[in-house]
Amino acid sequence: MKTVNKPVRKKDAMQLLTGQPVYTDDIAPANCLIVKLLRSPHASALVRKIRKDIALKVPGIEAIYTWEDIPQDQRRFTLAGQTYPEASPYDRLLLDRRVRYVGDPVAIVAGADEKCVDRALSLIKVEYEVLEPVLDFRKALDYPVLVHPEENWESLSRVGADNRRNLCAHDVSSEGDIDQVLSECDVVLDRVYHTKACQQTMMETFRTFCSIDAYGRLHVVSSTQIVFHCRRIIANALQIPKSMVRVSKPRIGGGFGAKQTAVSEIYPAFVTWKTKKPSKIVFSREESMTASTPRHEMEMHVRIGAMKDGHIRGIDLYTLSNTGAYGEHGPTTVGLSGHKSIPLYGRTEAFRFVSDVVYTNVMSAGAYRGYGATQGLFAVESAVNELATELHMDPVSLREKNIVREGDVMPAYYGQINTSCALDRCLARVKEMIRWEEKYPAKDMGNGRVRSVGMGMAMQGSGISGVDVGSATLKLGDEGTYCLVIGAADMGTGCDTILAQIAAEVLECEMEDITVFGADTDASPYDSGSYASSTTYVTGKAVEQCAYKLRQKICHLGAELLACKDEQVEFDGKTVRMMNRIADTGTSGSKEEEKPQNREAERSVSLKEIATASMCGNEISLEASYTHSSPISPPPFMVGAAEIEVDLLTGEVSVLDYAAVVDCGTPVNPNLARVQAEGGIVQGIGMALTENITYDDKGRVLENSLMQYKIPTRTDIGNIRVEFESSYEEAGPFGAKSIGEVVINTPLPAIADAVYNATGLRFYELPITPEQIAMGIARRKKQQDERVNSATGKITVR
Amino acid sequence: MITIRNYIKATSLEQAWQLNQQRGSRIVGGMLWLKMGTGNVQTAIDLSDLSLDRIEETEEEFRIGCMVSLRQLEQHPGLAVYTGGAMKEALRHIVGVQFRNLATVGGSIFGRYGFSDVLTMFLVMDSYVELYAGGIVPLREFSQRGYDRDVLVRMIVKKEPARFVYSSVRNARTDFPVLTCGAACLENQETAYPEDQEGACLENQNAVCLTGRYRFSIGARPGKAILTEDQERILTGEVTEEKAAAFGRFAAGRVPTGSNLRGSAEYRSHLVEVLCTRAAIKLGGQQNADQY
Amino acid sequence: MLININLNGKNVRSEADPDLLLIDWVRAQGCYSVKRGCETSNCGLCTVFLEDKPVLSCSVLAVRADGKRVVTLEGIQEEGAEFGAFIADQGAEQCGFCNPGLVMNALALFRENPNPSEEEIREYLAGNLCRCSGYEGQMRGIRAYLEWKYGKSHMENEG
Repeated sequence: MKTVNKPVRKKDAMQLLTGQPVYTDDIAPANCLIVKLLRSPHASALVRKIRKDIALKVPGIEAIYTWEDIPQDQRRFTLAGQTYPEASPYDRLLLDRRVRYVGDPVAIVAGADEKCVDRALSLIKVEYEVLEPVLDFRKALDYPVLVHPEENWESLSRVGADNRRNLCAHDVSSEGDIDQVLSECDVVLDRVYHTKACQQTMMETFRTFCSIDAYGRLHVVSSTQIVFHCRRIIANALQIPKSMVRVSKPRIGGGFGAKQTAVSEIYPAFVTWKTKKPSKIVFSREESMTASTPRHEMEMHVRIGAMKDGHIRGIDLYTLSNTGAYGEHGPTTVGLSGHKSIPLYGRTEAFRFVSDVVYTNVMSAGAYRGYGATQGLFAVESAVNELATELHMDPVSLREKNIVREGDVMPAYYGQINTSCALDRCLARVKEMIRWEEKYPAKDMGNGRVRSVGMGMAMQGSGISGVDVGSATLKLGDEGTYCLVIGAADMGTGCDTILAQIAAEVLECEMEDITVFGADTDASPYDSGSYASSTTYVTGKAVEQCAYKLRQKICHLGAELLACKDEQVEFDGKTVRMMNRIADTGTSGSKEEEKPQNREAERSVSLKEIATASMCGNEISLEASYTHSSPISPPPFMVGAAEIEVDLLTGEVSVLDYAAVVDCGTPVNPNLARVQAEGGIVQGIGMALTENITYDDKGRVLENSLMQYKIPTRTDIGNIRVEFESSYEEAGPFGAKSIGEVVINTPLPAIADAVYNATGLRFYELPITPEQIAMGIARRKKQQDERVNSATGKITVR
Repeated sequence: MITIRNYIKATSLEQAWQLNQQRGSRIVGGMLWLKMGTGNVQTAIDLSDLSLDRIEETEEEFRIGCMVSLRQLEQHPGLAVYTGGAMKEALRHIVGVQFRNLATVGGSIFGRYGFSDVLTMFLVMDSYVELYAGGIVPLREFSQRGYDRDVLVRMIVKKEPARFVYSSVRNARTDFPVLTCGAACLENQETAYPEDQEGACLENQNAVCLTGRYRFSIGARPGKAILTEDQERILTGEVTEEKAAAFGRFAAGRVPTGSNLRGSAEYRSHLVEVLCTRAAIKLGGQQNADQY
Repeated sequence: MLININLNGKNVRSEADPDLLLIDWVRAQGCYSVKRGCETSNCGLCTVFLEDKPVLSCSVLAVRADGKRVVTLEGIQEEGAEFGAFIADQGAEQCGFCNPGLVMNALALFRENPNPSEEEIREYLAGNLCRCSGYEGQMRGIRAYLEWKYGKSHMENEG
């Protein structure tokens, strides 16, 4: 391959690195009204009265909207960027008289500048009827207080939702008799794990600007992963026809799933639609941390059974997921906690996976890289690590015995066949990279410091099978260059470049010859958007097929110019030429044959000439479109191992080294695949060690800034080493599967197990803080000392 | 974000002091903490033009202008030598270089913030605050005072013969500390602590007097840094691991701690013991000191 | 207040409210490379040079920069591109939103210390958050740049 599997530079790299104005707020018109939201200080309340008259008098204020401006009986909607009919319930209004979390919008204020808007916000007087909130997600189901008591709450898909029970979704799936199988096992581990509502924390917060176009339509420019879903969501929220909405995205400053939900779009859209004036909203970091769409908090109850020889025979998982005040991505994320963790163990005879998703009065959760799989893999992989201890087996050997292999049917993965899988090679290579044999489980460094290792495995999907749609349009333009038009969203991941690489491979051209345009609902072919690890695999396949289609068209026009049949020509990326063999026996035997040079010239036509000819007296379109959807979602696989050092006295953990091997099929761009993996691993390290979420008794998130919510800095991590062991996925473009999400999952169980190997303490909740470690050790020491006082005992601190 | 109505670059300390007597006036240090507030400032007073961004070193002392940045402190060769690198260790974890280029020593000390590494470090040295109206006040005393409208002009650090170590525990490397610990081993305690100063600080509940050879400053308890001493003369002679551990337990029993988002009182007290023990070994132990 | 700031080599006179932040002032002058990622001085996205020192422009009053030199990435495009190319060669720019701040602070590091150790690099750039890259690719780019710029022997102390 010439372009695919090559580490080419991202097409926009130098523009980004030299700071060009290419993001939403850089290109927003200067005369935009500034839009800000007044937010509820209560977790649950009814707005009894709201007075805006004084605020409206602030010079520069254009408009203030409250629930009184929104018909409360209109059809509700969801902000989740999902294919219609969405699994997420329709449970939102643009402004609701009932506020359901600290941060829920109460009023929209638009004015000439930030100062006047801030002033107006402080002058709006709201009288609340404060209600009892539902704050404990473990008690939310069938709690006497309802988060969504309203009549017009609606669930479009059959996900087992019931707003009268605070239930956003419920599901059961199983294969075999799990209770029977577990009863036959030598060892059954029964454990409960807990992960929190961690934040995507993309560097660019949510932001959108809107204007009215020449046709009176609403043009929304937003930092979004989902232009097409956004169009529907905005039309739903504003109750206007979808044809009146155009959504486009510029460069995006990171997404990680956060921007798979229309967090900011509907507010300026409403303002501009009402006032017909351009407007913009830029979320503060605090708003991004407290009124957005974080990971679903989940509690996972795992029962895993194995025989003494290490054969894992069954996994039983119950997941309770907290969707918060609204149901965005609630019914779907939870599924991954089981369907993308249990199938890793291919030798099981039975599984059961039951899930409940509940409403509570905290910020609504949403999509975050890993999308439920992260949570489920922490639980299942941690359970497997503990099982290894119980069985006195090395966790690597235990996995070697049990992992899913290529060709296996995966009952817990919707019965799909494991079409491409190098998990075994990933495992073997990680073991070498981290020098597992030498380092497992731990080494005492003296002075209270211990070094240890731990590992975890992961899988994800590549798009949503049978649902996600990827499309591409390719056009041949002047001078024989191409324009690739997509509806997928490059959010920094480099998909513009990756998709261009796929096109360049098929079209046999240089990367420079392809311009990428996207994404814009008016101009792009339909694409579900960039989420669910779909872009390389689903849209990539569409690009590949689209390029083949365009080749045919080029050949067609080329053949016409050469006055021969399509079958008689071939295209090498630069020239369409009549194939000699056919030419010799062909119809064009003429007088020029005695002049070989002329003959050659006559029998080929350059791409440039074809492009020029296409623009004069031509009826052959040199434009192709292709739409693709995949009936399967081939999982990428990954194994990661962490080496850490723990200070047993202070409890501080340093990640010294992280070795990871990924099977993403063919890495279309090894550089970008590697950086995806490194970035995902560091997010996983953050989730394991420093990214905490706590609420006060009013339901307020305390980690509301980058000062309080600690994502890793470059001093918090050691070396990250990533390698690839590629399988070849026949259904993907050039053998590719996804990589974007799978990479976040392994650090959670790997670090938790490394902490165990260093300290002898098992942690079932993340993040694992220095305090928990130090005090856990101190408490154990105290207990041991007490025991020693009464009897002679051996003290071992692992 | 705060709002500021007037901004004045003071041309003299007298002018700055006069302006600062009005309600609604604020002296702008590095702006880092002030910016996050929400109130209205009537007059923001900037001391940038008063040449207070310098560190002067003499045989006896360091004179550090209030507008000296944390980065300047961290990079100052004289302070590095005098504190044996402890100054840098106290500062290098604070957010990042761009932050420390702005944050001023005056702002940090005047604020007397609980989380302050800067206060912890200065407190363990023989430091004084020069106030425009209030004159020169020992930092031990100043750190316990309430806020007033005086102008902090400079810090003075007397070069008492001492060795220093500094350590902190943080949940993440550039986060606020869960606990800070500055420690000093005084070469000549007689000259360092005149009797009258001891008497003065004994009256204060939190400021502990210094009668031992060792001085420990503990901050981020999460309350502001306080000094503790080796009152029971645990650390005499060569500091063995046993002596250090005994002192750690003693200190943990004496230093009041509390709980916040970053740690519980119980954990903090545990850390007082750990950090004091380690500091004592590092300063007073003969063997293995470097390993701690 | 009337202020006069030397921005990227040009004197710019303008009216500024006393509480206008330098980040908003430079963006109003068209220096859109300067980004805001937080309100708490933690992210490093807004890094500019004030009198040659890297500072957080979100935490400097524009009036305080009166009479001073301010440099943004717009003012050192060539130097920025020369270094940036090495980040691009790793694919570590990713979403790009933190890039201008990183490039500015990295250049400040190289000016201050052309031969930084691994730990010195990490520590100097600790205040530049990045959520995409995991930092590792940025570190590879920085090492490759230093090797190219100052020669191979330069980095030998790194082992």
